[in-house]
Amino acid sequence: MTTPLTRRQRYEQRTKRRSFAIAAASTIVVLAAVVVLLPMTSGWQKVRHSFFDGSILRFSLGHMLGPFWYDVQIFLWCAPCILLGGLSLAFARNVRSPALFPLRLFSTIYTDVFRGVPMVLWITLIGFGVPGLLQSRNLGRAVIWGSVALIAAYSAYVGEVFRAGIESVHESQRAAARSLGMTSTQTMRHVILPQAIRRVVPPLMNDLVSLQKDVALISILGPVEVLRQAGIDKAKFFNFTPYVAAAVLFLCVSVPLTRTTDHLLQRERRRTGATAVR
Amino acid sequence: MTDAAAAGETDAGRTAKLELDSVVKRFGQRTVLDHVDLSVAESEVICLIGASGSGKSTLLRCCNLLEPIDDGAIYLDGVDISEPGLSTDPIRRRIGMVFQNYNLFPHMNVLRNVTIGPMKVLGQSTAVAQVAAHELLAVFGLADKARAYPDQLSGGQQQRVAIVRALAMKPELMLLDEITAALDPELVGEVLDVIRGLKQERMTMVLATHEMSFAREISDRVAFLDQGVVCEIGSPQQIFNDPVEPRTRQFLQRVIDAGRL
Ligand SMILES: Nc1ncnc2c1ncn2[C@@H]1O[C@H](COP(=O)(O)OP(=O)(O)O)[C@@H](O)[C@H]1O
Ligand SMILES: [Mg+2]
Repeated sequence: MTTPLTRRQRYEQRTKRRSFAIAAASTIVVLAAVVVLLPMTSGWQKVRHSFFDGSILRFSLGHMLGPFWYDVQIFLWCAPCILLGGLSLAFARNVRSPALFPLRLFSTIYTDVFRGVPMVLWITLIGFGVPGLLQSRNLGRAVIWGSVALIAAYSAYVGEVFRAGIESVHESQRAAARSLGMTSTQTMRHVILPQAIRRVVPPLMNDLVSLQKDVALISILGPVEVLRQAGIDKAKFFNFTPYVAAAVLFLCVSVPLTRTTDHLLQRERRRTGATAVR
Repeated sequence: MTDAAAAGETDAGRTAKLELDSVVKRFGQRTVLDHVDLSVAESEVICLIGASGSGKSTLLRCCNLLEPIDDGAIYLDGVDISEPGLSTDPIRRRIGMVFQNYNLFPHMNVLRNVTIGPMKVLGQSTAVAQVAAHELLAVFGLADKARAYPDQLSGGQQQRVAIVRALAMKPELMLLDEITAALDPELVGEVLDVIRGLKQERMTMVLATHEMSFAREISDRVAFLDQGVVCEIGSPQQIFNDPVEPRTRQFLQRVIDAGRL
């Protein structure tokens, strides 16, 4: 059974329909302008030729799937290590026992140092430096030390995220757990950490999106992942379209990841009861 | 009790369940508890009244060793539990505490909130802990809420769950800190009923409260705190009808003026 709408509801509905119509119309106008006007600009032919060559794009997309999968693999083994490393750092920075003060000091310095230097520099330093020291064939593989550099630096960022999460759980939760007789370890494990992790999922996802892109930095060490493959193809065709193809591949992963993050953030906001003001 | 043996020699002269002997607590320069003496007998109900900031919460938190004290001693069954360096966890599990803002664990459902203590601290099996929890929840009219999460409950229900969570540990005494202060007026009654039930079961309780008529009804003794000092302590009739100390009189007069008595 449908009840007839009240005057107020009818008004709301009309407003909503109108905003939708306006949004659609303005989008169409802008799109049309781009499609019609852009090709009329003087440099467009040149731009299209060197960045958006259809046949090269098709070739590159297929050709670079393999190298891109390599990027994804690097991402997939780095991410869990980073989460673990970050969590360990967060714990180390929270220790109160005086005997463990060196650990706390170390993790603080570690965090500052690894966050304070550009990622490219770490990858160069560790990726070229360590294999040179080791002189071993197996341990010298660039991708290993590239991953180590990513893990080391990203752990510092993620550690701070975890630490903020742990500190955001109100002191009264700790008091409640301790008053039941739980030890401080049990309190952390059963009460603080589960709440902290729930809160930091969105910022963690942000860091994972960045990581997924930064994997391409390993190309400077030589492994044929997607960015290097694009460089090779560019040289072959004298054309930048392979880079555009690489960009498209990255977007295919990072856009869904970002959208999921936004969705999680919004759900968290809804859960905490805030509504948007019109 | 092995914990007691480890804690130090039992003083035969101390027969109270809980005894504060000249307890001093400071936050920085500020003395919040100034040589507080208080003795709570087995099955006795004591209400702490006093203006906000007078040190009621701090006193309760010190009894539960959530705050270390700066001087004096606290005895549980005649054993000094405030001895520095003593392991606090075995002592805390014997004392139940309920907070003004319930402090339920928001990521656990009601059943888990109630069973986590018995399981993790007392080492009970899931089955045993859950049977006991369901029984307790039923007693307090929460049988159908076992699977609910705290944010799905009313304030009164949440506070009753918090009381059940403390009771599930089978505490020897309960510390209750303004447990109705955060509640809507119409929900206060259901929580106070729970306390009346506990008194019938002869539970030893120390309550900080602003509910003066309730304090008068339920207390064996009432202690009036003023600026970290137990200014006056006596039967509810004496404190409310015939206070000796001028500061007690002043405080009660203000309460009456505010329409709270
Ligand atoms: N953690 C703390 N740090 C510093 N001062 C505190 C802290 N807790 C309480 N106090 C101070 O101690 C005094 C007593 O507080 P409290 O015990 O909460 O009083 P009550 O519960 O009677 O309102 C207040 O002046 C308060 O500001
Ligand atoms: Mg208080």
